[in-house]
Order: sequence, then C-alpha cells, then structure tokens
Amino acid sequence: MSLNLSTKAKKTWCPGCTNFAILAAFQKAVTEMIEGGEVEKHNIATISGIGCGSKITDYLNMNTFTSLHGRELPTMTGVKAANPDLMVFGFTGDGSTYDEGVAHLVHAARRNSDINLFVHDNQLFALTTGQATPTSPKGFKGRSTPSGSIEEPMNPLLTVLSLGATFVARTDALDIENTKKIMQEAARHKGFSFVDIVQPCVTLFDTREDYKDKLYQLDGSHPTDDLAAAMKKVQERGDKIPLGVFYKVKGPTFEEQLLQ
Amino acid sequence: MKQQPHDNVLTIMSGGAAGDGVRAIGSNLVKFIIESGYEAFASVDYPSLIRGGHNFSRMTFSNEKVFNDYSQIDVLIAFNEETIQIHLEELREGALILADKFTEEEKQAFGDRAIEIPMSKYAKESGAPPIARSSVALGALCFILDLSLEKLEEMLRVVFKNKKEDINVELARLGYEYVKEKGIKHERNFEPMPDVKDTLNASDTFSLGMVKAGLDFFISYPMTPSTPILHYLAARQKELGVKVIHPESELSVINMALGVAYAGKRSAIGTAGGGFALMHEPFSFAGIGEIPLLVAVVMRQAPASGVPTYTSQADLLFTVFAGHGEFTKIVILPGDAEEAYLAGAHGLNLAWKYQIPVVSLTDKHIAESVMSGRLDTEAVGMLPEKRAENTDENYGRYQFTEDGISPMAYPGAPNTAVKVSSYEHDEKGIAIEDADMTVRMQDKRFLKVNEIKKEFSELETIKMYGDLESKKVIVFWGSTKGAVLEAAKYLDKPVKLMQIVWAQPMNVDVVTKHLRDAEVIIDVEGNHDAQMAQLIRKNTGIEITDRVLQYDARAFDPIDLASKLNELLNK
Repeated sequence: MSLNLSTKAKKTWCPGCTNFAILAAFQKAVTEMIEGGEVEKHNIATISGIGCGSKITDYLNMNTFTSLHGRELPTMTGVKAANPDLMVFGFTGDGSTYDEGVAHLVHAARRNSDINLFVHDNQLFALTTGQATPTSPKGFKGRSTPSGSIEEPMNPLLTVLSLGATFVARTDALDIENTKKIMQEAARHKGFSFVDIVQPCVTLFDTREDYKDKLYQLDGSHPTDDLAAAMKKVQERGDKIPLGVFYKVKGPTFEEQLLQ
Repeated sequence: MKQQPHDNVLTIMSGGAAGDGVRAIGSNLVKFIIESGYEAFASVDYPSLIRGGHNFSRMTFSNEKVFNDYSQIDVLIAFNEETIQIHLEELREGALILADKFTEEEKQAFGDRAIEIPMSKYAKESGAPPIARSSVALGALCFILDLSLEKLEEMLRVVFKNKKEDINVELARLGYEYVKEKGIKHERNFEPMPDVKDTLNASDTFSLGMVKAGLDFFISYPMTPSTPILHYLAARQKELGVKVIHPESELSVINMALGVAYAGKRSAIGTAGGGFALMHEPFSFAGIGEIPLLVAVVMRQAPASGVPTYTSQADLLFTVFAGHGEFTKIVILPGDAEEAYLAGAHGLNLAWKYQIPVVSLTDKHIAESVMSGRLDTEAVGMLPEKRAENTDENYGRYQFTEDGISPMAYPGAPNTAVKVSSYEHDEKGIAIEDADMTVRMQDKRFLKVNEIKKEFSELETIKMYGDLESKKVIVFWGSTKGAVLEAAKYLDKPVKLMQIVWAQPMNVDVVTKHLRDAEVIIDVEGNHDAQMAQLIRKNTGIEITDRVLQYDARAFDPIDLASKLNELLNK
C-alpha cells in the first residue's frame, strides 16, 4: 500500500502560498524517513496551533493535534513525555511562538525535550489579515500599526541559542529540498530542534524580491559545535542572511531525565 | 443550647512566629492524639511570609467524631509573647498556658494556669536548634493530657527518623518530667476509643485517590493553597509511579497535561483560583477536544491575589461556568479528606470515562488541615476508558455514537491517524465551519450529560445527615461540611442537613425533593454572594433567603455558627 500523507480536507491557503512548499517539504521528509525504516507512520505526532501555517495539521494524514494559539510547545512536551517512542513535530508561526507563546519557547530551549519545532516565520500575523509580529521589521505598516511599528524586531535564533537550545537552524520555505533535509536532520537530532523557516507571505508581505539575493547557504566551514560562532552567525541579518544548521550539540533530554 | 459546648471536646493551640515550629508541633500533636485513640481535627493559620509573623496550629479532639476545630482554647502553647495577647479572648475558663517565660502581669492574671517550662533552655542544652522547643512542649502536653510517653517516643522516632530523633525523644522526655514533677494535669471526661483512626489530610488523600485511578502525570505550578498536592506527589514519584512536572506557568501546565492525555496517559493538574483563571482557554479546549483532564482547584480568598494563605468558598460559580463556550464538565466539591480521596479517584475515572474536563473544588481549610478518619480504598480503582478495538484508516476520533462517547485511540495505534482539534471539527478531527456539523458535534458532546446523570444513582452527589424527617433544611458544600456537622451537635431543633457534592451537573431531583416542602432552608457558605443558593435557584427555581455567609477568609467556628443557625431556626 502506498503511503498517503494527505487528507481530503480542502486546502484554504491563498493561491501560491509558501505554506504549500513547507507542507511538501515535510511530506517528503517524512515519507523518506518512513520508507527508509527510520520511523513508522503511526509513531509520528504533529502538533500545530492557530495561524495560516498551523492549518497544516488538517492536511496531514497522520496523528495530529491542533492546539491553541501559542500553546504548541507545552503540548508537544507533554506528548513526548507521555510516549517517548513518538517522533514529535510542531508547526507554528512567528505570531504564536515569538509573541503569544514566547515564554514556552524560552523554557523549551532550556528543557531540551526531544521535539522538533518548525516556525513559519512570515514576519506578520496573516490569518488575522496583517498585523506586526516580533519579527516584523521596525516601521512595518500593518493594520494595527498604520504609521509603522515602533518596536525593534527580536532575533529568535539568538534568543534560543542563549537559552541552551541544542539544534538551531534556518531554512527558506521556497527551497523545498533543503527544507526537507533540515527537517530530517532536526528529527534525527536527539533534543530540542528549533528551525526558523523564512517565509514570504505572497498576499500580505511579499518579501520574495527582497530575499532573492540575500539568502545563502552555510558551507562546511561553519563549525556547528561552537556556540560563540553560532551566536555571531545568526546575527548576520543585513545584506546577507545565512541558512542552514548554525548549532548542533548533544545534551541530556527532558524525557530521559524525567523517566529515570 | 442543648448542651454545654466543649462538654467532650478539648482544643489545644500552639502559636508563634514562622520558623518557631508551630506547624511541626501541630502536625505531630494531631498525629499523636489520633494514634492514641481519639478523633481530632487540626488546622493551621499562617500569613504569607517565610520568617516572623504570627502562626498558629489548632487541634480539637474528642472521643466522638470531630468535624472541625473550635476557636475556644483549653491549652495554649505560646512560643512568643505575642501569642498570649492575640489569643487572650479565646481562652476558656481554666485554660492552661505553656510558655518559656511569663511577664509579672501575666503571672498575676493567670495564676497557676501560667506554666513556665524551660523549653528554650532544654533545646539549647541539647545542641538542637530553637525549633526543637516544640518537642519539649509535646512531652509536657503528653503528661498534662495523661497520654503515653512511650507512644509519643515511638512516634517521634518515626517522624524524626534520621533527623536527630534521639535528641527530640530526649527533649520530649524532659518536658514530660518537668510538668510531672509539678503535677500539672488537664482534666477531661472522655476516654480513648479502641478503634484507632488514620491521620488524614485532603491534599494527600486527593493525591492517593488519583493514584488509585491510574494517574500517570501530575503537572502543577506552585500556588497556595494547591501546592501541598504538588509537594506530596513530587516527594513520592517513584513509590507511587507518578511523573511530576513543574513547568514555567499555569498555561504550560494545562497544555502539557492535554498533550499527555492525547498520548494516552492519565494526567491531572493542580492550582488555585488565580492559576485556574489563567487556564481557561485550554480548559475550554479540553471541552471541545474531548480530552480527559482532572483539575484540582484549591480556593483561597480572592479576588486577584486576595488573602493568599487563608480560605474561601468564592470560586464556585467561577468554576461551574469555567471556560468560554458551552461544553460538558463535572464539578465535584469534596468536604473533607475522606471525600477528597474519592474525588481524586472518581474525578480521574470520570474524566476518562466521559472524555471531559472534571474539576475537584476544595479550599485551604481542608487542603492544609488534618483529621482522623479512614479511606474507603475498596470503593475505588482504575476504570478503563472506552477504547477503539481495531483501528484502521476509517477511524475517527470524534465518531458519532449513541451515547456521544467516541472510542479512544492514541498516537502509536497502527494503521490510523488520531486527530484532535481545538477547532470545531468533523468525526475525523478535521476543522469544519458548516452549520450542520457545528450543531451535530455540539449535540454529540451534550449527549454525554445524559450518561453522566446516570452516575447519580452510583455515586454520592448529594449527602444527607441529621433528622431526615425534619422540614428544616441546612444546605452547605465543600469544607463548610465540617463546621456545619459540628455545629449540628448544638442546634436547638432537629434539622435535615444537605451537602451538595456535585455542583455540575447537579442532582436536581434530589435537591428539589428535599427543598420543595421545607419550612426553613438555611444556606451556609464561605462567600459573600451565596453562590450555592444562586446555583440551586438556577437549577430548581427554589429561592433560599436565610443565609449564613462568611467571607473573612477564615473557616467557620462551630460554636459561632451554631448560635447563628439557632437564631434563624428560632425566629
């Protein structure tokens, strides 16, 4: 029987939405891991919350849990703690994880539960029709900040690195092949894997042109076990924006220690 | 009054600053008294600070069941000067006062009732910290109350095991010998009972009840007065086979618990009113997502931070109406440590049987008090939930059934996808927005109410006491049970006593039956708004106008309550 990872639910994303690419990357990543014998489909649990990107759980024919806005991380931690045999993924957005649920991100990073968080970072609230989030650039003109946002944006990668996250990466939603690889690498990493997905919102904040010449892949010269190097690299956010795995180290997981 | 209050009860109080060992002596004394064959109830009163302030522990004991401690004192142990001044008005005639030293005025005022015992000196000479004074006081009490020193020593060896037990036993003996030499006794006209009861606390017994029903995870963020449950289970994780997690916030607590339940493990959470307020969105999610969840809400005086270490019954309506939207829930109101045990066990089982959120609503008065009693361990066990037998690709987590209860499967079940959603959803758990399915899913969830009401014939959702023929009814719930049953010993007229154990859903037929033809109905509650009376009116249409309400953040005193009830009964 061929593997079917799609439900019959009608996809309600905008035409050309980059969430289609993230869905495709994830389905590819998981299909290869299932077919390669790394995991059985029924041992995968995918959690999302509220937001455009979080609709992904409706479209996935697998165990899913559509949680509340911002509350994905504690749910994921609970699922993994209750059944450590499960491979746990989370799809959230910059609104939910960097804004509403940022306290959970802080503690997930230092807790090191063996879960994998993928943040659809489109730098605005899309489902509520366009307001600023913590990653919107300063001066962002949204419907709640018509004169431009007056707050400095946060750097989520730097934040989680400072808190002890053991796997920190960034990928480009439009690069399905590399996103797939990073998702797989995150899944294989034992501990909290944090992946920020750079994502243009084609309807409300189309950054495709802006990102075109800025994004570049890290090469083998970046040491992934050097915290200082990783913290320096993730702060590169001007003309060039690096993609790839910035940091990856081993550490005891929450579950291992909890179940002792 | 039918009989002189305090005819066969004695009340012992220890008072001092935080750090003086007031709680230690309180818990050791009540344990000793119960193990000596008496019935007892002991409470603690302390401000929200770590050192200093005024603390007291108070225990009332008897040869018959004591449902609540009394405010009038027969023996006062004062670890500081302030204690005597604060509790002067509560001393009964002939009350003894034990202290390190008395002022000249006190000696004059109390005469030979002022008993100086060199507690600090003994403790200092033994090399123990000043807190060990409490063991000297315990030894002195042992002689004064004519109890067995051997038994006390035996108990202290267990309580202080590997914590300087020899020194504490020696200090108790010194206290005992000191008052023995002076021949100081407190008379009493009752003897111990041959049937020795257990020493119970509602936080401990609630925990044990949950464990009996198969608790896998307890998740909680500290908030007085719910913290004792967290502490009790955390200290016994391995022994009881429960994993205890203290995450970053109440929001994390409840969402983590929902994740645990989704993965098929039984989880419960504990908090106070303020913490529960933070949890409402996910609490409502447990309703629509049909995710089993037991919440222990332990009340303290609110609004907001309120009076944090003192009791209240003001969160009843808040809890009954908790969560936005409409969904099925059960709210249980245990009234003492024995009922808390049942609430822990039944609460968790019911959450899984019906796939709903269940709340056990108690308060500081029973969460931190101790009473003599016995747990009905035979009455409870782990009831299995409705499981999907063979899962395949047709499985739907929210499959329509006759009773509204869908068979459960968990991630890991082969050949299927288990999909849960906080959005309104179809049988498969995929979000929907159409009118027809929205109604069908709501109706499905409310079908469960019919099933839940069948529990009324199985479980004690209303408890009756007193004269069941009487047309005078006293209505109460939760910890107020203690003061009402104790006050009932002093009522001028025969009355029927009705304890509401389930607030939601309410056993309306039984409540109506008892209230419909009543001549007098008195509602007794620890809140300002007579919230249970409001709930009864909503459910039955019966208005209760006679009320005894107390919202000073203290538990009722039985004697004071009896006089207020008599006033209403005699009018």
